[in-house]
Amino acid sequence: MTTQIVQITLMNLRNLPQRLGASLVVVIGIVGVVGVLVSILALSEGFRHTLASTGRSHRVIMLRSGSDAELSSGVPRDQATLLGNLAGVARDAGGRPLASAELMVMVDLPRRGETNPNNVPFRGVQPTAFAIRDELTIVEGRRFERGVREVIVGRKASQQFAGLSVGSRIAFRDSDWTVVGIFQSGGDVHESEIWADAEVAMSAFRRQGYQSVTATLADGSAAGFTALKDAVSRDRRFSISVLREPEYYAKQAKILSGLINGLGYTVAAFMAIGAMFGALNCMYSAVASRQVEIATLRAIGFGGTPVVVSVMIEALLLALLGGAVGGALAYLYCDGASLSTLNFNTFSQVAFDLRVTSTLLVQGLSWALGIGAAGGLFPAIRAARLPVTVALRAL
Amino acid sequence: MRYLPLLWAGLFRKKTRTILTLLSVIVAFLLFGLLQAVKVAFESGADTADAKRLLTTARYSIIETLPISYLRRIEQMPGVVGVAYAEWFGAKYQNESNAFPVFAVDPGRYLDAYPEFTIPRDQRQAFAKTRTGAVAGKRLADRFGWKLGQKLPISSEIHPKANGDLNWEFDLVGILDAEDPAVRGNTDVVLIGAEYFDEARQTGKGRTGWYIERIADPAQAKTISAEIDKLFMNSPDETKTQPEKEFAVGFAKQIGDMGALVTRILAAVFFTILILTGNIMAQSIRERTAELAILKTVGFSDGKATALVLAEAVLLLFMGGGLGMVMAAALLPPLNGATGGRFPPLFVSLGTCLIGAGIALTLALAVGLPPALRARRLRIVDALAGRR
Repeated sequence: MTTQIVQITLMNLRNLPQRLGASLVVVIGIVGVVGVLVSILALSEGFRHTLASTGRSHRVIMLRSGSDAELSSGVPRDQATLLGNLAGVARDAGGRPLASAELMVMVDLPRRGETNPNNVPFRGVQPTAFAIRDELTIVEGRRFERGVREVIVGRKASQQFAGLSVGSRIAFRDSDWTVVGIFQSGGDVHESEIWADAEVAMSAFRRQGYQSVTATLADGSAAGFTALKDAVSRDRRFSISVLREPEYYAKQAKILSGLINGLGYTVAAFMAIGAMFGALNCMYSAVASRQVEIATLRAIGFGGTPVVVSVMIEALLLALLGGAVGGALAYLYCDGASLSTLNFNTFSQVAFDLRVTSTLLVQGLSWALGIGAAGGLFPAIRAARLPVTVALRAL
Repeated sequence: MRYLPLLWAGLFRKKTRTILTLLSVIVAFLLFGLLQAVKVAFESGADTADAKRLLTTARYSIIETLPISYLRRIEQMPGVVGVAYAEWFGAKYQNESNAFPVFAVDPGRYLDAYPEFTIPRDQRQAFAKTRTGAVAGKRLADRFGWKLGQKLPISSEIHPKANGDLNWEFDLVGILDAEDPAVRGNTDVVLIGAEYFDEARQTGKGRTGWYIERIADPAQAKTISAEIDKLFMNSPDETKTQPEKEFAVGFAKQIGDMGALVTRILAAVFFTILILTGNIMAQSIRERTAELAILKTVGFSDGKATALVLAEAVLLLFMGGGLGMVMAAALLPPLNGATGGRFPPLFVSLGTCLIGAGIALTLALAVGLPPALRARRLRIVDALAGRR
């Protein structure tokens, strides 16, 4: 049986070049499906990855309870100080609490080469912010000085938006700021931000309170987190919710990744149906053009199963080729491409890189095989069922 | 017309093959209809923008607010016939952030600024008279099952009441709608009275989010915008005024180039369809070389034979394309019902139909011309002798 399968399959494959046109149709159809699917999912994966790599589980972000994003939150000055001094917050060698009360506003900046404004997040941070977020490093220039209108800019923000290179000046409200440094923080969401000294930002933007407090937990375990959370919720002075950073940032990705994934799967599903019809067509005509040959094989004693299997193998191989080419194209054109969009959860721009991961490529290949299997099955069965006498009469 | 049966017979010479091809074409155009609807909805902000409307926001960021005292000063500008204002409430409903936008507005002014919204006269009056009154878009009301006269409990993520409470309650006194499906998406809002809101809130009193100006002459939009901004230049709250369309385009651009994304996907789809149907057409005509020769023998001219083959391609693509578009149009209303108000309404616009027809024609020519020319060049003797 196995030898029969191998023999028929090899024979099929050997005369594939004669059916090149029709076979290419199958391949191109599947290239389209897999290419589109992988590219769109790479978009959502890149966005999700950027938010998922933001924050560490031993840090918490504190917002006004009821607020799901920093922009809509508000933490009065006095409360921010009290929150930083809670027992559950870690302290540095000098005994200062590792907590940074932060201001978050949006500033309008055009993308490079464009003119219309985008909501770019502008974060005012306290000096401890750099000790708390130790993943952040300056890649060009230096940190801003305290009390001066200087900013440092995330690597991604500086790539996406105009006028954000070291030494350039930007005007917001009634203030001019100088860009003194570019920072990176492992491709996370902070790289889309502009950072300045909280006190300076507060006076420039005429704010009275902060938006959030980010702090390092004294005890990063579940118990330590719960203790801090309970301390805050028990204290009647506060109306504050405490979230672990990863939990907070994962939530920010929800709406947009959901939308992009929905779009990707819907479009790919329709394209897959179309490609399946194409594959069916091609395999039916492949079978039709070989019906005499198949009937001859049957007549000299080859079984029905090897015929079915050989047709299926041909369809699957074509599909696999299409899937591989589609995935490769998506990888070549999309992987690492940068773009920025408005995150609906935070109402601010997030810049990210498209990521074509191995999981996505495998997913693309399995879609391709699915289409190939669906497109090959019925023609294969028809080939096997064809009565030998009828088929031979076609000669 | 009298060749239709001949065309039909030619097309369905091999039933399975043609039906499968037709199905791929249908799916392609169905996808085209759906994606194009998304694109149209995405750009509808700009398309439904009223050229007689300007928007004034804070100069450096749309999240900043402006003093309410600007109202009188803008109103006195020559060329401005009406001014309305609105403030972002930051709604959270049933624990979902921004489930829908809620604006605190002056009822009369706001509804005057948007004449394309329809609301029964008595409901409009009730909204103006009820301090805690609210009106909601019809699609939202349908989605959440709201009834006129009921209490509407909505939390704010941004604005606490004087006692620090973020939970607000309003009385639903009116339902907004619009006749144009493209405008209907703009009614997916809840409007609340600014007077009560401003009085009851803890912070930000005496300020509003943005102003909406109606002007008499759209040609003056740029001049008046500049004049308004000049009025507040060098004040603590500088403004940025722009025609509504520019604002909408700018906002859509913040999200990214949706149009380009859709175009790229569709290019991949139609390229595939081109290859697929092209191959099928070529194959089908090759098989019928002898038949075509016979047609020519019985007196069909070269031109007629060409036209016959080309017409077959046109028929295939227009049938598939038409069916696909009809299916898209049929699928969208239940889809809108299911998402009710979470997305703008999707519909197949006339423009989409025309683009679809254009694509179908282009594809038909692209796949039909090569075999059609082959049919034209066909020499009867060679064809019948089996010499290709």
